[in-house]
Amino acid sequence: MLGLGKKDTTLLIVVAVLTLCAPFILNPFPAGSAMAQFNAGYPDLMQRFVIFGIFAVGFNILFGLTGYLSFGHAAFLGVGSYSAVWIFKLFTYNVLPAIALSVVVAGLFSLLIGFVSLRRSGIYFSILTLAFAQMSFALAYSVLSNPKFNLTNGETGLQVYTDDPQWFHSDRLPDLPHLFGLSMRATHTMHMGDWSFSFNTGYYLCAVVMLLVFYLAIRIFRSPFGMMLRAVKSNQQRMNYTGLNTRPYTLAAFVISGMYAGLAGGLMAAMDPLAGAERMQWTASGEVVLMTILGGTGTLIGPVLGAGFIKYFENIFSKINDTVLHGWFGFLPDGLEDVMVFIVHPFIGKGWHLTLGLLFMLVVIFLPGGLVEGGQRLARWIRGRRAEDSRRKTEPAE
Amino acid sequence: MDAFLLQILNGLDKGSAYALIALGLTLIFGTLGVVNFAHGALFMIGAFCAVTLERLLTLSFETIDPTKTDFLGNPLKVKTPYVESWFGPETGAAIIDWSVPLALIFAIPVMLAIGYAMERGLIKHFYKRPHADQILVTFGLAIVLQEVVKYFFGANPIQTPPPEALRGSVDLGQMIGFQANAIIYPIWRLIYFFFAVAVIGGVFAFLQFTTFGMVVRAGMADRETVGLLGINIDRRFTIMFGIAAAVAGLAGVMYGPLNPPNYHMGMDFLVLSFVVVVVGGMGSLPGAVLAGFLLGILESFASTTWATTTLPGINQIIIYLVAIIILLTRPRGLMGRKGVMED
Amino acid sequence: MGILEVKNVSKNFGGLKALNNVTLDVRENTVHAIIGPNGAGKSTLLNCLVGKLIPDTGSVMFDGQSVLGRKPFEINQMGISRVFQTPEIFGDLTVMENMLIPIFARRDGAFRMHAIESVAHESAVLEQAEKMLIDMKMIDKRHMHAASMSRGDKRRLEIGMCLSQEPRLLLLDEPTAGMARADTNNTIDLLKQIKAERDITIAIIEHDMHVVFSLADRITVLAQGTPLVEDEPQNIRGNPKVREAYLGETA
Repeated sequence: MLGLGKKDTTLLIVVAVLTLCAPFILNPFPAGSAMAQFNAGYPDLMQRFVIFGIFAVGFNILFGLTGYLSFGHAAFLGVGSYSAVWIFKLFTYNVLPAIALSVVVAGLFSLLIGFVSLRRSGIYFSILTLAFAQMSFALAYSVLSNPKFNLTNGETGLQVYTDDPQWFHSDRLPDLPHLFGLSMRATHTMHMGDWSFSFNTGYYLCAVVMLLVFYLAIRIFRSPFGMMLRAVKSNQQRMNYTGLNTRPYTLAAFVISGMYAGLAGGLMAAMDPLAGAERMQWTASGEVVLMTILGGTGTLIGPVLGAGFIKYFENIFSKINDTVLHGWFGFLPDGLEDVMVFIVHPFIGKGWHLTLGLLFMLVVIFLPGGLVEGGQRLARWIRGRRAEDSRRKTEPAE
Repeated sequence: MDAFLLQILNGLDKGSAYALIALGLTLIFGTLGVVNFAHGALFMIGAFCAVTLERLLTLSFETIDPTKTDFLGNPLKVKTPYVESWFGPETGAAIIDWSVPLALIFAIPVMLAIGYAMERGLIKHFYKRPHADQILVTFGLAIVLQEVVKYFFGANPIQTPPPEALRGSVDLGQMIGFQANAIIYPIWRLIYFFFAVAVIGGVFAFLQFTTFGMVVRAGMADRETVGLLGINIDRRFTIMFGIAAAVAGLAGVMYGPLNPPNYHMGMDFLVLSFVVVVVGGMGSLPGAVLAGFLLGILESFASTTWATTTLPGINQIIIYLVAIIILLTRPRGLMGRKGVMED
Repeated sequence: MGILEVKNVSKNFGGLKALNNVTLDVRENTVHAIIGPNGAGKSTLLNCLVGKLIPDTGSVMFDGQSVLGRKPFEINQMGISRVFQTPEIFGDLTVMENMLIPIFARRDGAFRMHAIESVAHESAVLEQAEKMLIDMKMIDKRHMHAASMSRGDKRRLEIGMCLSQEPRLLLLDEPTAGMARADTNNTIDLLKQIKAERDITIAIIEHDMHVVFSLADRITVLAQGTPLVEDEPQNIRGNPKVREAYLGETA
C-alpha cells in the first residue's frame, strides 16, 4: 500500500492508529483517581510528543543513516520557530504559510551550515555543527535583537504584539494561530463516566503532519538514496571508488533533517506563538540526540519512541514527589518505607535528568540499538522460551 | 598602549581556564584517543571541591554564650566552627579564609581518584568503539555528574570568595611604569594566570623530564611500538587520565572566586574548550595551551566598546568564527600534527 | 596504443623518491602485472592512477583522457574500478545491497536524489545484481551482512561489485594478500574466468609470483620507483635484473 512493503505498511498503520487515538490511549486512568497524574493525554504534552517525534525522525535521517553526529540541530528548530512567528506578526495567524516558511528557511539555513560543516567528518563535523549552533544561539540571544534591527527580540523571545501589522488578519478570525479559522487551541473534551478525553485541533494538525513526514521517512529509508546514505556510514572509501560522490548525498540528508527540524520548530510556534533563543542552545540539540539514541538509531520507529519516552518522563516523572513516593511504598514497614523513598528521591522530580543521563549511558553501553533493540531482544527471548516450552511438551519426559 | 595591554590582561584569566581545560582534553585525546565530553564536568567538580572544603571547614557546634543576649533577651547561641576550637579562633578563621587555596590540596587526590575511576570503569570499554559512541557516553556521564552535583548543592551559584588578603586589585600599570590607575587588575585574576602557567609548566616538565613522561610521549606517538617493548602503556595512560582530570579540577577550584560555581558551568566551558582544542590542533599539547590563551585574549579584544560598536555581538561569536575558519582552512589546527584526524 | 598510458610519472614524499620517471603502457584486454620488492612504489603508482595521489610530474591517460586532478569517483565513472588489498565493502549492508550500489552508481551517476522511489521496485537493477551474485557463486549469501563473511567471500564480493560496473579497466591491489592457499587458488580461477569471459583490461599489483605467472600477459618490474623491465612472463622469469632486484631485497 502507498508504495510500501508489507511490514512498513503495518508499521505505518500502527503508528497512525496510535497517534490518532492518542487522546484515549494516553488517558487510561479516570480523572481524579490517584493514578491520574500518569495521564499524558492533555493537549500540551501530546503536541510535544509528535513535534519532538518529527524532530527526532528528521535527525535520524542524518545520524541514523549517514552516521554524521550533529550537535547543532536545535538551531534549525529555532530558526523554524522564528520564521513562523514572523509570519504571524507580519501577515496572518493562519498556520499553513507559517509552517511552510519555517521549513523553507530551515532548509536554506541547513544548506548553508551543512555545506560548510560537511567538508569535515567525524568529531570535527560534530564540533563544527556545535560551533555553528552556539553561534546562532549567541546571535539570536543578543546580536539580532538590537533596537535598529530586532529579529529575535532577545531574551524575552519573539512574540506577537497588538501593534504588529498582521496584514491579512481580520476580526472574524481567532486571535491565535488557526487553520482557516479553526483555532489551534480549540479543544473538545469528551466525558465517559469517570474518564475524560481531550481532542485538540493543534494536536491533530501535528499528528497529521507527523504521519505525513513519517511516511516520507519510510520512503527515504527504503529508497536507493537511503541505501546510499547507509553506504556512506558503512564505507566512504568504497563509495568514492564506486563512482559515487558522497558530499551531495550527505548534504541532502543534512538539509532534509534540517527541514524536519524547521517543521518541528514551525509547529511549535503554531501551537504557542512564541520563539525563544534557548530553543537553539546546544543542550537542546543534545536532547534530540538523546531521543534518537534512546529510541534506536537508524530504525524507523525508534526516534518517535525515544521522543515520546523522554517527553513523557520529563513531564510525568518530574511531577512525582515524596508524598507520591510515600504512597507507593506505604505497604512497607515504616523504616523501610523511608529508606526506599530516600533512595528513589534523587531520581524523580527535579532529579529526573539524573535518571535520563543514567538511562542514556546504559543504552549507549549495553543497548546500542536503543529501545527498539531492547524490544526485539525481549521478543526473541519470549519466543525462545515459548519454543522451549512447546518442545518440552512434545518431547516425552524420560 | 596601556589600553592594549589591559585587553591582553583581561583575556588572560579566561584564556587560562580555556588553556587548562583544553590541555586536559588534549592529554586524554592524545593518550587514549578518546573524545571526552565529560571534561567540563570535571572542571565543575573541581570548583565544587572548593565549595565542599569550605563547608567542611565551617562545620560548627553550638554553644550558649551567657555574656551576650539576642534581641529577645535570651542567651545567644553561638556557632563555633570546629577548626576554630581546635586551632584557636585566629588560626581557625585564617584556615577558613584560605579555604579556596587549601582546596587545591584537597582536590588533587579527589580528582585523581575520579579520573582513575572514570577511565577504568567506563572509558576503557570505549577505546574500540567509534568516536560518536565515545562522545555520547561521556555526554551522558556529564549529565549524570552535573545532576549529582545539583542534587547536593542546588541549582544556584555558590559564592566562593578568595582569601581576604588576595581580594581587591593592584595597580599593575604603575608597577610597570605606566601612569597610575591606567591598569587596575584584580589580584585573584593575576593569581589565576600565574597558577595556570605553573600547572601547565608542571605538566610539560613532567612529560619532558621524567621517565614516566617520556614513555607517555612515546606512547602518544606510537602506542603499538611502546607496547611491544614490554611497557605497560595502558596503565600509564590511565594515570594520565587521572592527571588530566586533576588539571581540570584544579582549574575549577581556582576559578570559583572569579565566577561563583554552579552545576552547569562545566557544560558552558566544555563547548568553548573543544573549540580551543580544535583551533590548537587535535592532539597537540602546546597547541591547546597557545590556542587557549589566544582565544581568551581575542575574546577580550572583541569585547571592547570599539569592537562591539563596529560589529555588534562580535564578542559573542568571535571564538566560533575563528574555529570555523580554522577548521575549514587548516583542519589540523595551529600546531596539530599532519594527518591526525584530518578528514 | 594502450588503454592506460603512464608517462614520466614522478612522485616524491619529502626527500623520498617514491616514483621516478615511470612510464607504463597497459594494452587493452590484457592482464598486466606490476611486480617489485617492498617499497618499489607499486602502491604509490596505483594511487596515482585512481586519483588518491597526484603525481608531481608526468601524465596518466586513460582511453585518451587525462585522469590527473580528477577525484576518485570521477575516475571510477570514466571506467576504472579498483579492488583493494584488504577488501573494502559495505560491511553494515547485506551482500545484495553491496551489489546494488555499484549498479545504481553505474546507472545514475555520481549523485541522484532518488529518495522516493523504492529499491524493491527497481526490478532491472535487482535482476542485474542477482545475476552477478550467481556468477560470483554467492547468491545464497545475499541476505547476510557483508562484514560477517570470510575474507575470501569478501574478496569475491568486492570483485563482483567492481565487475557489475562493467569497468574497462580493473585494478587489483594484491588481491590474494593474507589469503590461505585454497582461497588464493579460488581467486586465481575467478580472475582467469573473468579474463576469459569479459572484454576487460586488468592491471594487477602482486607479490605472489604464483599468481602473477598464472595470470599475466605482460609484466612490469618496478624497483625503487623505477621500472626495470616490461616484458612477457617467460622473459621475466630468467631476467638477471629482476633476480637482482629481488635478491637484493632478500640479502
